[in-house]
Amino acid sequence: MLSVVVFAPLALGLVLLAVPRVPDRVVLWSWVAVSVADLALVVALWIGYDPVSGIGHETNLRWIPTVSAGYHVGVDGLSLPLVAMTAVVFAACAVYSLRERRAVRPYVVLFLLLQTASLGLFVALDLILFFVFFDVSIVAMYFVIAGWGHGERARASALQFFLYTFLGSLVMLLGFIGLYLAGGTFDIVELAASNPLAGQGVLGGLVLLALVVGLAIKTPTVPFHTWLPPAHGDAPAAGSAVLAAVLLKMGTYGFVRIVMPILPESWRQYASVIVIVGVVSVVYGALVALAQTDLKRMIAYTSVNHMGYVILGVGAAGLVAGGAEQARTLAVTGAVTQMVSHGLITGALFLLTGVLHARGGTYDMAAYSGLARPAPRFALLFAVAAFASLGLPGFSGFIAEFQIFTGSLGQAPVATAIALLGILLTAALFLLALQRVFLGATEVPAGRHIGDVTAVEATAIVPLLLLALVVGVFPAFLLEVVEPAARAVVELVAR
Amino acid sequence: MDLALVALVGLPVAAGLALLVAGRPVARVAAAVAIAVLAVVLGLAVLVAVARPAVELPLPAGIDAGLAVDGLSAVLVLLVAAVAPAVGVFAAAEVDARHRFFGLLLVFVGAMLATVTATNLVTLLAAWEVMGATSFALIAHHWTAPRPPVSGTTAFLVTRTADVGLYLAAGAALAGGAGTLALADLPGAAAGWRDLLTAGLVVAALGKSAQLPFSFWLARAMDGPSAVSALLHSATMVAAGGYLLLRVQPLLAASSWAGPVVAWTGAATVVLLGLVALAQTDLKQLLAASTCSQIGFVVLAAGVGGTAGGTLQLLAHAATKALLFLVAGAWLTALGTRQLPALRGAAWRWPLVGVLFAVGTLSLAGVPPLSVFFGKDAVLAAAAEASSALYAAGLAGVLVSAAYAAAALAAVLGRAPDDPAPDDPAPDDPAPDDAARAVERPGTGEVPWAARLPLVPLAVASAALGAAAEPVRAALGASGEPSPSLAEALLSGALSVAVVLAVLVPARAGLRGDAVLPELPALLRSGVRVAPLRNRLGLERLARRGVAAPTMALAQLLATADDRAAAGVARLGAGVRASARGAAVVDDRVVSGAVRISTTTGRLATGVAGFRVETVIVGGVRWVGAAARALGRLARRPQTGQLHHYYAQAVGALAVLALFLLLVR
Repeated sequence: MLSVVVFAPLALGLVLLAVPRVPDRVVLWSWVAVSVADLALVVALWIGYDPVSGIGHETNLRWIPTVSAGYHVGVDGLSLPLVAMTAVVFAACAVYSLRERRAVRPYVVLFLLLQTASLGLFVALDLILFFVFFDVSIVAMYFVIAGWGHGERARASALQFFLYTFLGSLVMLLGFIGLYLAGGTFDIVELAASNPLAGQGVLGGLVLLALVVGLAIKTPTVPFHTWLPPAHGDAPAAGSAVLAAVLLKMGTYGFVRIVMPILPESWRQYASVIVIVGVVSVVYGALVALAQTDLKRMIAYTSVNHMGYVILGVGAAGLVAGGAEQARTLAVTGAVTQMVSHGLITGALFLLTGVLHARGGTYDMAAYSGLARPAPRFALLFAVAAFASLGLPGFSGFIAEFQIFTGSLGQAPVATAIALLGILLTAALFLLALQRVFLGATEVPAGRHIGDVTAVEATAIVPLLLLALVVGVFPAFLLEVVEPAARAVVELVAR
Repeated sequence: MDLALVALVGLPVAAGLALLVAGRPVARVAAAVAIAVLAVVLGLAVLVAVARPAVELPLPAGIDAGLAVDGLSAVLVLLVAAVAPAVGVFAAAEVDARHRFFGLLLVFVGAMLATVTATNLVTLLAAWEVMGATSFALIAHHWTAPRPPVSGTTAFLVTRTADVGLYLAAGAALAGGAGTLALADLPGAAAGWRDLLTAGLVVAALGKSAQLPFSFWLARAMDGPSAVSALLHSATMVAAGGYLLLRVQPLLAASSWAGPVVAWTGAATVVLLGLVALAQTDLKQLLAASTCSQIGFVVLAAGVGGTAGGTLQLLAHAATKALLFLVAGAWLTALGTRQLPALRGAAWRWPLVGVLFAVGTLSLAGVPPLSVFFGKDAVLAAAAEASSALYAAGLAGVLVSAAYAAAALAAVLGRAPDDPAPDDPAPDDPAPDDAARAVERPGTGEVPWAARLPLVPLAVASAALGAAAEPVRAALGASGEPSPSLAEALLSGALSVAVVLAVLVPARAGLRGDAVLPELPALLRSGVRVAPLRNRLGLERLARRGVAAPTMALAQLLATADDRAAAGVARLGAGVRASARGAAVVDDRVVSGAVRISTTTGRLATGVAGFRVETVIVGGVRWVGAAARALGRLARRPQTGQLHHYYAQAVGALAVLALFLLLVR
């Protein structure tokens, strides 16, 4: 059933390519139907998964036996929440895209390909499979930005995105090859069990470097983040939502799925470096976001900030000497929760900026003022998303960040204290943005009418925020799934 | 009964969210719904105050979130639940956009009730921050004007800055071994972590209570509707900080430094903000500074272990200040001003409101037997036992409070001039940042009955809550704490009465003058001319210039650097594109781009220092790109005409790969 979830979107994509002259409306609605059905299947998977059982819904088939690479997929507490988040975000994007009118068929097919690649990556338990999905997602996103982006720079931004993240994936592949040579297999579960590079300091360090750089580019962390703002700035709204909500998680997910379990010794050795990279990303991302005048670029930079918390959490989990297992488990649980939370909230924020652009034709905050009068529901949704993103309790971001901070402080007190500045800076930048765009006397770009959100837009965006609220108020259903897996990772790292 | 506790918090929040989501269509019924809900909440509060239930909400990772009602919580729950409906009734007569106002009000009340019943740091922090965020929206209620949103932002950012302390405290508690994060377990944390934990909690509480140096957010909060001030700056929000310090008293007592730091911060706020209040010519600003000063007594009490005194003062001040803010709001609506000189005669025009205002100000002044007298006295008794210097500071605070409260009373008691009031309310130019008039509108000339109604019970409470001293002691189980001696009570009572008379009696002589505050003795008038006091110690300007501006400058600097770095990478992309024109394959472009970029590497390297990293990245980009191309399409390149480049790079790339594989073996 897991494979059905992964490949159903691709199957629809192939059908859409094969059948000639499908009306655009049918194409769009079939995407909505498949992504909602996919989501329903994911819910069924979730219900059928027992958190204490480790990997569930597992399939392990021979694929390339010469290098012992297999079609090995399954879900556990690390991947299932991300699979669910991915399904939700794609369903939201499918609904949001119902108004898309430009070259609809290739657009939908690319998104379906992206959907399969994203779901596949999160369930992959084999390095080669992981790598294939990783690269397919990059290629598909390149075409989305280049083909449907706005502004003349869209193609250049897309190319930059492609080159940068593709190079990252190659560096990562180098690390995978190193793991294969050391462990004799590409199977993630076997590699994690055998701890192949134990006791080989330098070599472990090199492989770690390759993996970390590769994943850090995708995440992205400072200083590898420069591809992100232009890519977001020029991508279409649904593309940005998927890029931020799902594709960025591929980097951070790689840390908890691959790097920490397979390279525990090197991870512990260099954990302080990881922590520093995380903290720098938190503060730098927030500060640069604070200075932006372009709403979409601002949100893009907050992604650097939010992913920084994840890196801080997983780094602190490697500082074994400093804290109890309870704290480290909390940090990793928080990191995974943050991935889910950021996906939901930032997905909503990017769709909301799409709403703004569709009406005003620009992301420049200076062009707007007092939009709460002509578009009160839009203002309400944006305010909710902004407060969720700045970590207000009651939303998922607080649950995630609170766990990361609380779990990291014991191991890395100074770094965590500095990272706490991030929640102030994000509060400042979101309140300033609200103030500039939505409050005060009403002003809109000349000749533009700012209408309120339509029913279709609301149908796409509201569920994302509602889920963020549900996770924020009743986090237990999520944490019960994440925590055992996080504890397993922490135990693996402490080996 | 557990259900009652859950409902106590959940009902107002759910009802508030429902009003917010339903939006404008429910604006007409919003006030009625909110008042009904608040009435139910009051009933639930009585129920839980008697039954003292506890609810556990276990979270994973060994942390127990929960709500429970003990003696201190019971007092606070009753206080919040009693003041909220009074404010609700008043607001129903005054406020526009009711779905939004009452929706937020209900969420806020729910958050405050959760704060005072939280048993552990997670619940506390969550409720605490929700309170802060809703306060932003309540203060910014009149969002079409430019100033209120800025004020809301200021209030939220300042309190959140202090809230960081709570996050630190939670981490320190976990690291120090108090793994459940239960408030009761905190004193058991390991010594070093316990200090960090204590410091974090203290900072958070001082921020929320608008104590020094955070006091300036409260002044900005005066741009919100008066009903908001009456709730946030009496029984809730600022009270939450005082409550937290009283709640974690055992933790403060566990370290040698925390008690004195808290006590002296409270004492300093009592005196300094009292002087600031004396220098205000704007009634709401006077009341705001007075709030900081009066809550300072609570903080002082927490620092010296006087929980019963602190709690009594919290109660007395809440009732008194809610009353005074509502009266100020009623006059603001009726007369279109909150400037003291322009409010002259207001007490005679609406005699009932005037009498109630007099009760409030006299209570605030510490005149016996009104409630604040008992509150302050209980605090002073605890302070006297801890240190005579603290006691002296507290007495000074009593003097100042009596002076500014009497000054406010004298201003509204003055007979209105015979000629129509000159429409120049502030001849003695107000502080430059004083934007009172930003929210002032033409007066309606009326104080509606619905607005007068809630004033009466508040005034009764303000007068009579002194009787609660013994019940509060019993509820807190604090019978061992010092109670004021007769001599102390006589001294502070006599001082208050003397000061009030000293202000009011000479004021009778100058009733018909036309200077700023002609009614006041020269000593007090001169306070208005002391710029630092008038500007509320200049703390807001200090924060803007010293913190906000440098942060923005740094952000700009980094953003510029970041754009340059991104441009460096983009130049690679552009180079790739330009060089690859005519070539169809992506990896072709990589090679050409790499060739192009090698010519610009020198320029890049000699450029800005920040470029160096990018150059390395660019180099890496080039290298891996070349390697990929080399591995992938060795056979298809002769037509580029750059075969030598191609081979050289392929060899280099392969050599590095080979070296790597060798190392791995």
